[in-house]
Amino acid sequence: MDVKINNIRKEFGRFPALNDVSLKIASGELIALLGPSGSGKTTLLRLIAGLDFPTAGQIFFGDEDASHHSVQERNVGFVFQSYALFRHMTVAENIGFGLKVRPASTRPAKAEIRRRVSELLDMVQLSGLEKRYPNQLSGGQRQRVALARAMAIEPRILLLDEPFGALDAKVRKELRRWLREFHDRTGHTTVFVTHDQEEALELADRVVVMSQGKIEQVGSADDVYDRPSSPFVFSFIGESTQLPVELKSGTVLFQGEPLGITEAGEGPGQMFFRPEDVELSQAYDALSGKVTACRRLAGTRIAEIDIANHGHAPYHVEIEVPLHAPVELGSDIRFRPTRWKIFRG
Amino acid sequence: MTHSATASTARWRLKQPSIIPGFGMTLGFSLAYLSLIILIPVAGLLWRTAGLGWGGFFAVLTDYRTLRALYISFGTAFLAAIVNVVFGTLVAWILSRYNFPGRRLIDAMVDLPFALPTAVAGIALAALYGPNGWIGSFFMPFRIAFTPLGIVVALIFIGLPFVVRTVQPVMEELDREMEEAAATLGANRLQTIVSIVLPALTPALLTGFALAFARGVGEYGSVVFIAGNIPYVSEIAPLLIVIRLEEFNYAGATAVATIMLIISFVMLFVINFIQAWSRRRYGNG
Repeated sequence: MDVKINNIRKEFGRFPALNDVSLKIASGELIALLGPSGSGKTTLLRLIAGLDFPTAGQIFFGDEDASHHSVQERNVGFVFQSYALFRHMTVAENIGFGLKVRPASTRPAKAEIRRRVSELLDMVQLSGLEKRYPNQLSGGQRQRVALARAMAIEPRILLLDEPFGALDAKVRKELRRWLREFHDRTGHTTVFVTHDQEEALELADRVVVMSQGKIEQVGSADDVYDRPSSPFVFSFIGESTQLPVELKSGTVLFQGEPLGITEAGEGPGQMFFRPEDVELSQAYDALSGKVTACRRLAGTRIAEIDIANHGHAPYHVEIEVPLHAPVELGSDIRFRPTRWKIFRG
Repeated sequence: MTHSATASTARWRLKQPSIIPGFGMTLGFSLAYLSLIILIPVAGLLWRTAGLGWGGFFAVLTDYRTLRALYISFGTAFLAAIVNVVFGTLVAWILSRYNFPGRRLIDAMVDLPFALPTAVAGIALAALYGPNGWIGSFFMPFRIAFTPLGIVVALIFIGLPFVVRTVQPVMEELDREMEEAAATLGANRLQTIVSIVLPALTPALLTGFALAFARGVGEYGSVVFIAGNIPYVSEIAPLLIVIRLEEFNYAGATAVATIMLIISFVMLFVINFIQAWSRRRYGNG
């Protein structure tokens, strides 16, 4: 089922939580809504589910305008961050709940429900636990029960709110891989919310980066990492350094000094580059500064540098340097970005 | 032999090693307190009753007037507690789920039966529900006051805050996401309330029921004004005790009291048992 979100606006009181958001989700896609807390990602997910209703705008499921359909009518699978399992029901009762509450005309027979439940338990690799209560399960198992419960109603789309938020690092990694396989096997259109960029970049077909109720960029992991379209995306995804620069007849100036790199245009801008996209240089026209700290990080070395030209306040930057480069604490160092992006203004 | 004996004594100790201090002191204080306030008076009661001997005790127990009084006391308290569980839950629902003008006022009003002298409540209810009262005249010739139904009305009044105040905090703490989850799975509002909300409230409902019931069994002040106090019809057991006292029949009074005590204790014990079971069942443990 493809989903179209047209110019959605959502206000809580007078505070806009989402501001004119539009998004197209293709059938079978695995999409991540990524952003810091308060960026509106969970609000968007709840609007798609029908747990909240937009102040303005429409949501289409396929060609059907679902904007004013109730959550029951939308038939979506929703996995809550806290899982929201029914504590007084066994695992099997939890999973079968969505089938049991159907009106008599469409409700499967008891035996059929039991068969479906055991099929779903098989799918989430929890066979044999049907008689357990949620508080007898580990976090990862609860998560998969919640997923099986959501899948039981054969949802048109699957929505997950911070699906791995409450799990420890190891389980989180396992489940992440498992969810990807699960998605590839079942082919459901899936949207999940996360504040963990690593999770979003690794798992999703496309990542929707959100900030302050707006979509900043939509794209693949490569797109948002290599070609960030806004200063926010550049600084939010991965490590980066931001420097205020000035463009003057094709050259880039930092604190009035040329950096030895070229970019067309005139006027002020913000330059971003990643720690790995630099080269050490001996040239006079390069960034220069003092090494204030140096630390080994797996296969590389990270140098912390205070850069400043005479009479200016220092800027703190971190760059990657080759392991064998002669970088010593307190020494002067010169480097240039090899890949960068300048946002004008 | 000796070895296993020492092992078992080592395993069973009154005081478990704990970082929370003061076990000895708090247990000692609790026992002294309970003895002074509850155990010694109750023991005195039993002592007095014992003066009757088994024969005398059974004579009081099997007296038709005693049996009727007990039946009326426990029956009306039970009915009132049931009614209170239903409507108290509704009140708790309104207070914890919605925000409306006057909510705080209603919230405060719920506690009034705690504070009002019960005699005042009894007189007010009798006046209202009596044959000439505002409400009572409306139902004539069906009589509310001066019948067992009047007793139930008084006990509903007395017991309501017990249910509301036990259910309300639990309801406020309910995980709203469970209800949302039920909705995403296609459950309508009624199905959600019946299969998600009520089971989660069950332990609190039972506690509220037990409190309202126990309070209703012991209630005297308000009931005597509205009951009519007709022997065999609307005479409650506490009133019978007072009547026996006025006849200087102390042993008879304590015998009725002892019977009430035993029945109440057994019922509260059973309710506690059900509560413990439902806590386990509904995963609140």
